[in-house]
Amino acid sequence: MIYEGKQKIWKDYQKEIPDDHWYFVRSCIRQNFFPASERMFTEITRNVLGKDVYETPYHTTCGGIAYHCDTLPQETAMTIVARQFALMTEAGYENYAASCITSFGNYAEVLETWHEFPELEARIREQLWKATRREFKKPKYLAHTSDLIYHWRNQIAEKAKFRLVDKDTGEPLRIAEHIGCHYAKMFPSKGVGGAEYPYVLTGMVESWGGQIIDYPERRHCCGYGFRQYHVKANRGYCVSNTHKKFESMEPYGIQAIVTNCPGCPYFMDRWQYFIAEQTGKTYGKDGFGIPVLTYEELAGLVLGYDPWDLGLQLHQVAVEPLLDRIGIPYDPKAKYLGVNKEDLLRPSLPQTLKCF
Amino acid sequence: MKENVVIIGGGIAGMEAARQLLLLGYTPIIVEKKDHLGGHVARWHKLFPDMAPAGDLVRRLSEAISEANIFLETRITSINRLSNGYVVMLSNGVSIPCRAVLGASGFRLFDASKKEEYGYGVYNHVITNSDLEAWFNGAEDPRIVADPKAVGFVHCVGSRDLKAGNSQCSKVCCMTAVKQAIELKERFPDARIYCFYMDLRLFGKKYEDFYINAQQEYGIQFIRGRVSEVGETAEERLQVKAEDTLSGKPLKVQLDLLVLMSGMVCNPEVAEFARTIRLDVDSDGFLKSLDNVGGINRSNQPGFFYAGACTGTKTVPETLAEARAAALDIHRYLLGK
Amino acid sequence: MMDFGFKLSKSATIDLDRAGTERYEKLCALSPDARTCMACGSCSATCTAASFSGMSVRKVILGLQRGQDVRPLLSACMLCGKCTLVCPRGINTRRLILNLSKSYD
Repeated sequence: MIYEGKQKIWKDYQKEIPDDHWYFVRSCIRQNFFPASERMFTEITRNVLGKDVYETPYHTTCGGIAYHCDTLPQETAMTIVARQFALMTEAGYENYAASCITSFGNYAEVLETWHEFPELEARIREQLWKATRREFKKPKYLAHTSDLIYHWRNQIAEKAKFRLVDKDTGEPLRIAEHIGCHYAKMFPSKGVGGAEYPYVLTGMVESWGGQIIDYPERRHCCGYGFRQYHVKANRGYCVSNTHKKFESMEPYGIQAIVTNCPGCPYFMDRWQYFIAEQTGKTYGKDGFGIPVLTYEELAGLVLGYDPWDLGLQLHQVAVEPLLDRIGIPYDPKAKYLGVNKEDLLRPSLPQTLKCF
Repeated sequence: MKENVVIIGGGIAGMEAARQLLLLGYTPIIVEKKDHLGGHVARWHKLFPDMAPAGDLVRRLSEAISEANIFLETRITSINRLSNGYVVMLSNGVSIPCRAVLGASGFRLFDASKKEEYGYGVYNHVITNSDLEAWFNGAEDPRIVADPKAVGFVHCVGSRDLKAGNSQCSKVCCMTAVKQAIELKERFPDARIYCFYMDLRLFGKKYEDFYINAQQEYGIQFIRGRVSEVGETAEERLQVKAEDTLSGKPLKVQLDLLVLMSGMVCNPEVAEFARTIRLDVDSDGFLKSLDNVGGINRSNQPGFFYAGACTGTKTVPETLAEARAAALDIHRYLLGK
Repeated sequence: MMDFGFKLSKSATIDLDRAGTERYEKLCALSPDARTCMACGSCSATCTAASFSGMSVRKVILGLQRGQDVRPLLSACMLCGKCTLVCPRGINTRRLILNLSKSYD
């Protein structure tokens, strides 16, 4: 791999990311899958970095999940999107940050469609007005929240308590990155680093001391694919794609995976259990899996937040070997206590995949 | 005093035209931006279908034009129209009045790194057709391993690719791939060699014979499907994905070397320049011939002629034939006939 | 093994590194003209058995190059020789089929 060759491509795909005043919208599913990730985003941006990040309880789904499940026509999704933009306009913001990759892709697709077909935009404006008496301005800047953490990665590194380095050997951790398909595959110019060699997560990992490991199926979809997962008859296709990625990753000794999508980390984490049950195979060291983290969880770890406050106990794959490797302290007895220190109960442990 | 004819470009088109113009009694003045004559062919090793050394052709042409005026490492800064011809201003300060100018500025090799999915400049063992010729010519290339077990050729890199901005077929790449595959097989008899193609466009004299020979004598495998993605394995080999369209199934294979058949594309500088003297530029970005059947050598401006790949993708023999035709056409024009 | 109600799907991808081509190579030693097939499909278009059995000399050669078991195709051949008649590359397809059949004995 020729690193300079990638740098050359990265230079071609830099997007302008304003430094402050963001209207923030959450994902439908991330708070269930990775309950502390969005909490960490507001915590880091507001309290650690002192940024103005605004959100409103009136925000709803962007319609992307239903659109991609073929249960919602695009025009309806567009009207929902128009309402979100109206909420942003009413709040006095023009920089729009979506926490969900599919939302981000949905917004980018809607804006591009309106650009190509202005008459459609006019019709949507009319529909929104008729339905809600709302009007909107289009965002001046559209970003995924990983773009923002990427933008502030070096400020986070300055405040970091831990680095992504093996505490015993001093070697950078070997980390694979996985980008949600809807981040840049539809519109390469909208993603930091483009679609073939995205830089958004690589930049964070490098800034925080780790090393990015490329592998042949890096660009491959995690397999979620909405209908692939949601329709049980198709679910084998979903996990087979995840399996393909892990098989391709296997020779590299990867110690963690970082992701920027709601679905990808969920499937790449949970399916390691399924694959272990089906094939007897695990991909981490000594029977463990490879921990899959969201970029906010990773940021939280390097900033020194308690792993259990980051919700890492809700991962399928045990994160303790990774914490030990970095030297992050944790209380094993507190793993299954909630934020209010109430007992969350213990999950039953799988047979093949080693967990705590 | 003999009459000047300015030739823009010192590739084989410009050289062959200069040779003919000398024979016809003119003083050809070649303006070449590089420090040597011969253009792309000077970098090439052997030319199909006779496998003659490309260097021999360039040498023969060089010898034949020893009496021409040749400005190397020189650019044209401007061309001004006169009532009866042109004044060509050069970067070395020389200005040349003349009644006829020959455009022989050739093509550009498509920048293979633009097809990001192939990883040219990113993966260790991805090269272009041009890099391979240079290696055949003796240049060192660490990307070519000593004992490759499997090698792939990707046809149509940047050609027939609307997304890359090029609708045209580059004509020579299919045949070049077959030729280079055979040459590699001769050097690495144990290597498996695959050509990934969309259509095989082997139209020229003896090209099909090369294809049959490549299949039968060299066991080169032709896979109908365009490579969609390249990755690098832990052993620094290449993992290549394509559809085997004849099987209707996705296909993957690991390779030690991938050769990208970079196509011929227009030189955007030339198109820019052409506008200053109102030369028509075609939809493919190449200079536009007056007509594509009987007037390939002629431009829309009197006294401005073309030869070779500045008007579109050409083979070496086509380029040479056009250069001769252009010289005669210029002669006819200067005689006022 | 736990029953999840779904399973890992078998990949349809042809892995050329794992496609055993020994039989193809052995065939080519006996019928070198097999290599010159350019997949024009004349053989399949004219084949007496093709429309009822899927027989195709083109698919036989391709299948061997991809390491597949082509016996099901082969068994439908009636050795009429029509494909030999139409092959533009002059491949002796009858001999090819016979040589291939012998290799499965």
